[in-house]
Amino acid sequence: MSRRYELRFSGAGGQGLITAGIILAEAAAIIENQYAVQSQSYGPEARGGASKSEVIVSDGPIDYPKATLVDACLALTQEAADKYSDTIKSGGLLLVDEDFVKAPPQGDFKVVRLPIINTAKNDLGRAIVANVVALGAMVALTGVVRRESGEEAVLRKVPAAFAELNKKAYNAGYDRVKALLG
Amino acid sequence: MAFNYEQYLRPGKLPHIWCPGCGHGIVLKGLLRAMDACHLDKDRTAVVSGIGCASRLPGYVDFNTLHTAHGRAAAFATGIKLARPEMTVLVVGGDGDGVAIGGNHFIHACRRNIDMTYVLCNNYIYGMTGGQFSPCTPMGDKASTTPYGNPDPTFDIAKLAIGAGATFVARTTAFHATQIDKLIAEGIRHKGMSVIEVLDDCPTAFGRRNKFRSVVEMMKRFKETAVPAATAAKMSAEELQGKIVTGILHREERPEYCEQYQQVIDRARGA
Amino acid sequence: MAKKVALLQGNEASAYGALYAGCRFFGGYPITPSTEVAEVMAVELPKVGGKFIQMEDEIGAMASILGASLTGAKVLTASSGPGMSLKQELIGYACIAEIPCVIVNVMRGGPSTGMPTGPSQSDIMQARWGTHGDHPTIALVPASCQEIFTETVRAFNLAEIYRMPVQVLLDEINGHMRERIELPEPGELEVLDRAAPSVPPEQYLPFDPSVGDVPPLAAFGSGYRFHVTGLNKAPDGFPTTRAELVDAEERRQLRKIEAARDLIEKNEEYLLDDAEVAVIAFGTISRSARHAVNALREQGIKAGLFRPITLWPFPERRVAELAKQVKGMLVPEMNLGQLVLEVERVVKGACSVSSLTRVDGEPITPDQIMEQIREVC
Repeated sequence: MSRRYELRFSGAGGQGLITAGIILAEAAAIIENQYAVQSQSYGPEARGGASKSEVIVSDGPIDYPKATLVDACLALTQEAADKYSDTIKSGGLLLVDEDFVKAPPQGDFKVVRLPIINTAKNDLGRAIVANVVALGAMVALTGVVRRESGEEAVLRKVPAAFAELNKKAYNAGYDRVKALLG
Repeated sequence: MAFNYEQYLRPGKLPHIWCPGCGHGIVLKGLLRAMDACHLDKDRTAVVSGIGCASRLPGYVDFNTLHTAHGRAAAFATGIKLARPEMTVLVVGGDGDGVAIGGNHFIHACRRNIDMTYVLCNNYIYGMTGGQFSPCTPMGDKASTTPYGNPDPTFDIAKLAIGAGATFVARTTAFHATQIDKLIAEGIRHKGMSVIEVLDDCPTAFGRRNKFRSVVEMMKRFKETAVPAATAAKMSAEELQGKIVTGILHREERPEYCEQYQQVIDRARGA
Repeated sequence: MAKKVALLQGNEASAYGALYAGCRFFGGYPITPSTEVAEVMAVELPKVGGKFIQMEDEIGAMASILGASLTGAKVLTASSGPGMSLKQELIGYACIAEIPCVIVNVMRGGPSTGMPTGPSQSDIMQARWGTHGDHPTIALVPASCQEIFTETVRAFNLAEIYRMPVQVLLDEINGHMRERIELPEPGELEVLDRAAPSVPPEQYLPFDPSVGDVPPLAAFGSGYRFHVTGLNKAPDGFPTTRAELVDAEERRQLRKIEAARDLIEKNEEYLLDDAEVAVIAFGTISRSARHAVNALREQGIKAGLFRPITLWPFPERRVAELAKQVKGMLVPEMNLGQLVLEVERVVKGACSVSSLTRVDGEPITPDQIMEQIREVC
């Protein structure tokens, strides 16, 4: 059977997690020609509430389009971490925002803590690019797509005026993980 | 020379279903005279209706005709007009069809100011189903479903149309036969949503329940209570009690919907 | 030449499929989870000179597309849940007046407001029987985003050729998920147009049974003046209550798709040749089923998948044949047991039929299917 890799981006509505998932799927499916399915679930709120976006990447056709056992999960809020970490695969990854997920759930998976939102806010001056920081970090952690593919997908998605900012955000996330993991 | 109605009537489709004394036939003749006066091309004209006695009219006339579902005429007509703006689109129907079940479509067609002419025959009653009260039945009057008198307030269709945004609104009655065609013709020539309310008599379902002993009495009431808009403008509210204000009640120029949508097309194409 | 590819949502794919098929008019009303279909059409239609209108309600949306279709345009609407309930009135009108149109129903939980952001497959019997009276039904149930594109194109072809409404049933999952799609070049997929009358206007009968079960439909404004009504009508289009004409008309309208089943039906059969148990599943849940079938095969269980792509008319002959081959069938569906009724009707006891249902807003998982098959086997 084909190699199936499952990622989940979770947090609050309005944090751009669905966009992050779409960008990753675009990098995998369009730029790298892998198989990918992106899906999401959300409540009725446009902002707030718990939100998640899932991306499945594979070297063969993907049948079941939703996550079963997640290889890598991002959680930007405590609520999302508590709600969505229970289906992480044994030996999988959980990336949390260290300032907003004070008590990361424990389990048979590796927890990586990173100041994602504060990196966006303080280093880049715009909290709104936290999702792109997170995306860079997830790409660095998982290697599910190449660094350049992720960057190219980000640039395809954002308006030209914000290209530089988002490029920096993506690479900030990527580099922080690389520095952390040495 | 007498007007040749036959040129616009479909051979073999008459007699119509309307009762003796019903005003819909008067509206039909007025409509044909108006269409003739506007030199409408039969092939490029659509006549659309909903359900009810008046809505049977399209079946008799030799145009592109569409007898839709109850209340939906304005929405079907909107589709025809937007898809083919070069066509002239007329809607014909009754009061229950137009402003009860079809009320939402009616007000939104007015709001869009889409170029069509809506001839609304208001006979105060659901005739085809046997005389139930409509939103236009006067308060206190009798219908099969208001056996003790109608407790419901009535719609003023012309005011409704004006409030919703129609840019040509007129009213007349089945008694004022020659005014019917003049107002419909004005409506057809007007670019935008035109509503012509024709107060119409239904001797079978309305008249006999409400103490009109004959069609003549119903017509007499139209004759005696009609007040031309210009005269009405000089009358007080008390003086206008029980009167029917006739003629052109509202006319304004406002961008027409299909033309507005053409601008959308131009913008989308980067013109 | 490299194929043009895009990452598209199922809802977006259906809109692009419609455009590919030549759709030039969309009338809609916002409703979750179908709204993206309208949003794409609002952007794309004016670019090709087409028309998009957001109507005042769901019924108006349906009415507007039928009016536009009568002028010769290929037309689309999309809706979900309560919106589909409202549309039933004029779906019936489109059936009796034989007006081509395509309706995308992105199914959500119900009844009533139900679960607007949750997936469901509970409108399949509504698709078949939702409008009152006897009437023909064609409903397509694609599974992937690529297939949503191609099946929407096919829906237009069927609508135009058989002169009737065709529904494309998606659900919140495959309507909203994104997959890579290869966008076909013009000419690559078959695109069919409705037949034009072959007789001059004065001889034209819009419902003439003597020219076949699907009489050609002229366009308003083309010089063919004719009458359209929702009443039972004679071949000339005018109302009739003559018993023999009404009977003949109703039977012709059902016959036009019954006689064309071979052209309309479309299924996928996966690992069924030696299968002892067949999963009958469609749309999103067929993907769970395929996953389960693969996993079961690895465990030595001879499972296979029968996937209707045309759900209505239901592929009764093939399912009946299959029932003689397999020991049992499992019908997983995101409702409380609708398709299983049709399967049981067709199988007539020739094999065991087991039902697996789920209505909590989550899809049936491969594990659930595997577990139930292990119990059956």
